[in-house]
Amino acid sequence: MTELRILTEHTDRDDLLQIGVYEELGGYRALRKALFDMDPEQVLSELEESGLRGRGGAGFSMGKKASFLPKGTMDKYLCCNADESEPGTFKDRLLMQKNPHRLVEGCIIGSIAAGANKGFIFIRGEYSHQADILDAAVAEAYERGYLGDRILDSEHSFSLVVHRGQGAYICGEETALLDGLEGKRGNPRLKPPFPANQGLYQGPTLINNVETLCCVQLIIERGADWFRSMGTEQSTGPKVVSVSGDVQRPGNFEVELGITGRELVYGLAGGPPDGRGVKCWFPGGSSAPVLLEEHLDLPFTYEDMAQAGSMLGTASIIVVDDAQPLLPLALRLAEFYRHESCGKCVPCREGTNWTVKMLERIDEGEATPMDLEIMAQVQENIIGNCLCVLGDSMAMPIGSMIQHFRQEFEDHIAAARERRQLEEAASFSAGELAAAVEAGPA
Amino acid sequence: MQAAGDEGALQQPLPPGWDEAVDLEAEPAVVPDPVEVEVPSELRAEIEGLMTKYPDRHSATLPALSAAQRLHGSCSPAAIRQVAAVMQVTPAYLSSVVTFYDMLRAEPTGSRYIYVCTSVSCHLSNAKAVHDAIWEEARDQGLEDVEIRQFECLGGCDMAPMASVDGRYVGPLGEDDAPEIVSALKEGRTVLPGRSLEDPGYKLPWDESPRPPLDATAHPDIHPAGGTVVHPDNEELDR
Repeated sequence: MTELRILTEHTDRDDLLQIGVYEELGGYRALRKALFDMDPEQVLSELEESGLRGRGGAGFSMGKKASFLPKGTMDKYLCCNADESEPGTFKDRLLMQKNPHRLVEGCIIGSIAAGANKGFIFIRGEYSHQADILDAAVAEAYERGYLGDRILDSEHSFSLVVHRGQGAYICGEETALLDGLEGKRGNPRLKPPFPANQGLYQGPTLINNVETLCCVQLIIERGADWFRSMGTEQSTGPKVVSVSGDVQRPGNFEVELGITGRELVYGLAGGPPDGRGVKCWFPGGSSAPVLLEEHLDLPFTYEDMAQAGSMLGTASIIVVDDAQPLLPLALRLAEFYRHESCGKCVPCREGTNWTVKMLERIDEGEATPMDLEIMAQVQENIIGNCLCVLGDSMAMPIGSMIQHFRQEFEDHIAAARERRQLEEAASFSAGELAAAVEAGPA
Repeated sequence: MQAAGDEGALQQPLPPGWDEAVDLEAEPAVVPDPVEVEVPSELRAEIEGLMTKYPDRHSATLPALSAAQRLHGSCSPAAIRQVAAVMQVTPAYLSSVVTFYDMLRAEPTGSRYIYVCTSVSCHLSNAKAVHDAIWEEARDQGLEDVEIRQFECLGGCDMAPMASVDGRYVGPLGEDDAPEIVSALKEGRTVLPGRSLEDPGYKLPWDESPRPPLDATAHPDIHPAGGTVVHPDNEELDR
């Protein structure tokens, strides 16, 4: 299996940003098809038949999600989640920067399926270059009549606004994104009600990831059967996989789901630096429990990653080679989630904070192996007890690291304790010496 | 310049009021009377334009605060009061938003910024050393009015270690890039021309050379291209 060029087709062309070039290459034909050759129910059923699963992390069926929106004439909203902040993930950045019009077209088609008339692309504020590109693309689409009232003289109206976040990982969580878009602190909401019923401004809202909406354009353009012909039965279609960390050629690779992790890590990304092996890897961004070298032979799909005890998540592989000590990595990870926890739910706010403190304790030589049990308990008490999965996203990888590499953590604890005892002994005798000198000869 | 670079953790100044007792005698903050607050006309026009883009004017909060920060250098009490007057909301509501988001700052920290990503992938590529090198270089060259801080994942993991200089993503960086980054900022030049994601024709260093062919001889551990996928519980491994 090799790399595909479907979502990433023509991304080597700099002029693809212009709407004219995109149209020449077949752009906005799928929109015409969805507007004039199909009715909204057909668009929806085509999406359901394609088996497209959300590319933002949860992997929920996109068509099903869109079908949950109530029918009838009311203000309905479509939100594109472009707040790509998961460590290790940079696929949406590529799709938006290189081919913004596919996303715009995907948003419009998605709005037809959902019956939405207002749309927002919530892009993280750090992606200012990509947001400028999207702004320009949206303006061009308005000029050509693809956006606005009565698109191409059809019955469908849809407006689209690019909304920039201001730096908060939690705004990638769909209900926190809605709060951010409503101009509040990005705190997740209690579910249910789900956004499909009560989302943005309390109206029915469809929220999809950038790559998902790009796939929507492909499915309407080329058909559900074509989309299903790629990947496995439960993980259909092409997928852009970000590979980073300790590999020689990090980057985005578009593949069929079902390729093995080994082909991605060793084949496409060049593997770890020479002479080193894979110690562990995150299959779906930093929130996914780590897997071991032996799991590289599993097919890279939603179902196989779940069966192996992890998740496909955003399908972003971070490779950790065998020269990396795990404790600093675990600490960095825990610090990230502590920083990004919104503070609304106690288990997450306190759990991330105490996990950081306990990991620091190990390094300071104050921990005992029993701390690992306590830390594992803290993780258990976070999982499933919060409004959103941010806390779980720390608890799962940290828990899996302790589980798979317990010996390394215990060795680190023992070594740090020994170092501390030696230091204490040294400072004690120095103090004694000073006291003895001061006292003078007896 | 913000005093970062020491300690391992991300250094954030305490939000205003964090270590002060509440003034119980003070009048409650109310929505400012638009007549009483003088707002620069460009800022007013920008915020009013933003509010018309959304069904609910509150949605303009983030871009409005960002615009005020661009003008005033930070979301200072005066800046917040101006936004509150135009948007007709309470200053307290706005400062609750300012203290939540990483890119909005209540204290003046500099009109330009260098965010050095030190999250997982960059951490594995020794990003902390790059951050420290830039910080030390900035101190040595006397760079002022620039905020240098460690930042959480910026989504540039393929170019790790990397940094965002006023939104310009540059990487992969080494400690030896620090002098050039700092002096370019100091002299107002483009930072690392040709090495930013937004530069036309930007390529990662390893993409300059063709990838070794994906065959079994070059990579003994790889399945032959197109080969069947192997399950670990499948006895008949055919490698």
